[in-house]
Amino acid sequence: MFIDFLFTLRAHKLNVSTHEWMTLMEALAKGLHDSSLDGFYRLCRTICIKDVAQYDAYDQAFAEYFRDVARDAAAMTQQLQDWLNNPALRNQLTDEQRAALQGLDIEKLRELFEQRLREQKERHDRGNRWIGTGGSSPFGSGGEHPTGLRIGGGGGRSAMQVADERRFREYRKDVILDVRQIDVALRGLRRLGREGAEEELDLDETVDKTCKNAGEIDVVFRPPRRNRVKVILLMDVGGSMDPHSDLMSRIFTAASRSGRFAKFRSYYFHNCIYQAVYEDALFRKPVPVADLLGNSDRDEKLVIVGDALMHPAELLEPGGASYYYSNNRSTGLEWLRRLGAHFRSAAWLNPEPERYWPGTTIEPIASVFGMWQLSLDGINAAVRHLVRGGPKPVVGNPARWSG
Amino acid sequence: MTNFDQFSGTSTYIASDDLRHAVNVAVALEKPLLLRGEPGTGKTLLAENVAAALGLPLLRWHVKSTTKARDGLYVYDTVARLHDSRFGGDEVKNIEHYIKLGPLGQALAATSRQVLLIDEIDKADIEFPNDLLLEIDAMRFRIDETNRDVVAAHRPVVIITSNNEKELPDAFLRRCVFHYIEFPNRELMAKIVRVHHPKIESAVLDHALDVFFSLRGTPKIRKRPTTSELIDWICALNKAGVDLKKVGGGIPFLGTLLKTEHDVELLGKRAKA
Ligand SMILES: Nc1ncnc2c1ncn2[C@@H]1O[C@H](COP(=O)(O)OP(=O)(O)O)[C@@H](O)[C@H]1O
Ligand SMILES: [Mg+2]
Repeated sequence: MFIDFLFTLRAHKLNVSTHEWMTLMEALAKGLHDSSLDGFYRLCRTICIKDVAQYDAYDQAFAEYFRDVARDAAAMTQQLQDWLNNPALRNQLTDEQRAALQGLDIEKLRELFEQRLREQKERHDRGNRWIGTGGSSPFGSGGEHPTGLRIGGGGGRSAMQVADERRFREYRKDVILDVRQIDVALRGLRRLGREGAEEELDLDETVDKTCKNAGEIDVVFRPPRRNRVKVILLMDVGGSMDPHSDLMSRIFTAASRSGRFAKFRSYYFHNCIYQAVYEDALFRKPVPVADLLGNSDRDEKLVIVGDALMHPAELLEPGGASYYYSNNRSTGLEWLRRLGAHFRSAAWLNPEPERYWPGTTIEPIASVFGMWQLSLDGINAAVRHLVRGGPKPVVGNPARWSG
Repeated sequence: MTNFDQFSGTSTYIASDDLRHAVNVAVALEKPLLLRGEPGTGKTLLAENVAAALGLPLLRWHVKSTTKARDGLYVYDTVARLHDSRFGGDEVKNIEHYIKLGPLGQALAATSRQVLLIDEIDKADIEFPNDLLLEIDAMRFRIDETNRDVVAAHRPVVIITSNNEKELPDAFLRRCVFHYIEFPNRELMAKIVRVHHPKIESAVLDHALDVFFSLRGTPKIRKRPTTSELIDWICALNKAGVDLKKVGGGIPFLGTLLKTEHDVELLGKRAKA
């Protein structure tokens, strides 16, 4: 049944690895769970959960799973063994769980488990549970430690009460993105290389040559290692993008961080891109798209951020631009295709939740540019696409828009 | 401003039950303990106190944005060697003289068990934690320049702190045990303050905590005051002889609690409204 708990955790999207589960087994063997469910609650969380944003899901999984289990560790042990011994009980697993189980080598786990439980019992009886193999405990088992390490908080609440209380709920963050997270995601966007002028002192080589030269100093230079990736960022501003302006400014802050890319340029547009983009968000300084294409390398990475939501005419009809251009001869979609054809790699990040994409103008646009949601996962996937290429995710039925 | 270092050596540290448990688990399993929590929740201080409680020496490795994992093992001081080479001598020929062990290197090379603090690991490059894995797993490293292998005789107690979330690689996380230090609740905070200000009157402490927690609860505040600021503030009040119970209106020494102009202004506006 402990194995079953692993699946409950995974069902709550907690990606507990086999490595961590084995560590948990080892800890149980050492009696670190204090033979109690409360102890187990803490121990398992310490070993298996690495993010406070997941504490709440852990609490839910724990409460769900152990709600009906007796508090007694002995009963748990018995149930565990029953479960391990009884194939009929194992049949209650969902297909998914059974598939996952197969990857785990159940026999081996079972053996390990039984062995651990035996060891734990012996060790526990000898009463040296904190001594383990590694050394002593820095804290006393309660109250005050002679060196003055005191114990505060806590108190007699049980694991079930703590789990039920779900006090980590507010730490959940399935969607929020801060600059730092974007920063981290963008770090994947790099290709390091030594290129250009030899302007960095190669200390190791210099010393080596100098020493071989009997102390006559011989200085060696080399080009510095730099990120060679160049990025063009196009941002949709105004109108339906207003609610996302905070997020946009965070993206901009992270992307424009100095020294991040070999070259970084950013421009603005409204709703869709036609013959020009703008240097400023007030649309006063136009830059013709033809010029932009003319002076950018095909290897530069094009990143577009926008909701890609507009009236179909704005995208598909000449003269459809709702703003600034009453008279675009090519359609918006044609302009987008021109951009898409020029740059070898491009990605579109969309702040709209993915479930609202199908059936909108996002469909045809996503057939030109790979589109990902503006979330941590989305940015990571987009970065991967920009670096390694690969197919674009298909959104809805783009075919219905052609013709 | 008061120097708080004077307290750090006193081994007086308030640890919640959960934290105490996490330390014990890490020590027993010989796994690195990864601590996260808002700044000022006592992460760095914990390492000092664990070392003191275990009676082991503490090696600190304060990570900066430019820190490379290798620097923690050793640095080859080529500049010194270059300098020496101009004067000749036998030393120059022996690279060993110019190898300086970093904190991780020292922890592995030590003849007794050490506590190693890797502080603010999130400051470094994203690859940094992964680069540490090999040596922390194998408990050994090689000094390429001299072909020397350093093999640890004692696995150090490793405590790693991070102020941020979500940016450490999975492979690294799997090898750690983890504890999130929650911001202390009122009861715990009262105990922490008493460690630093043992003589504080209960009524004054109560009042100070009221102000502190209501500031922290103010919406839109950019940098919420932390434990350090609370302790600083009480110090400032003490020194100036301000009696919190008697002052009306504004908060004295507000600048000690709020560190950005934006927040001070915000609070000013709120007070007027
Ligand atoms: N649990 C605690 N017990 C005693 N003092 C604490 C505690 N937590 C924080 N402090 C006080 O707050 C200061 C900041 O703690 P520090 O360890 O530097 O925090 P962090 O590393 O989490 O940013 C400490 O120097 C100490 O004065
Ligand atoms: Mg710190």
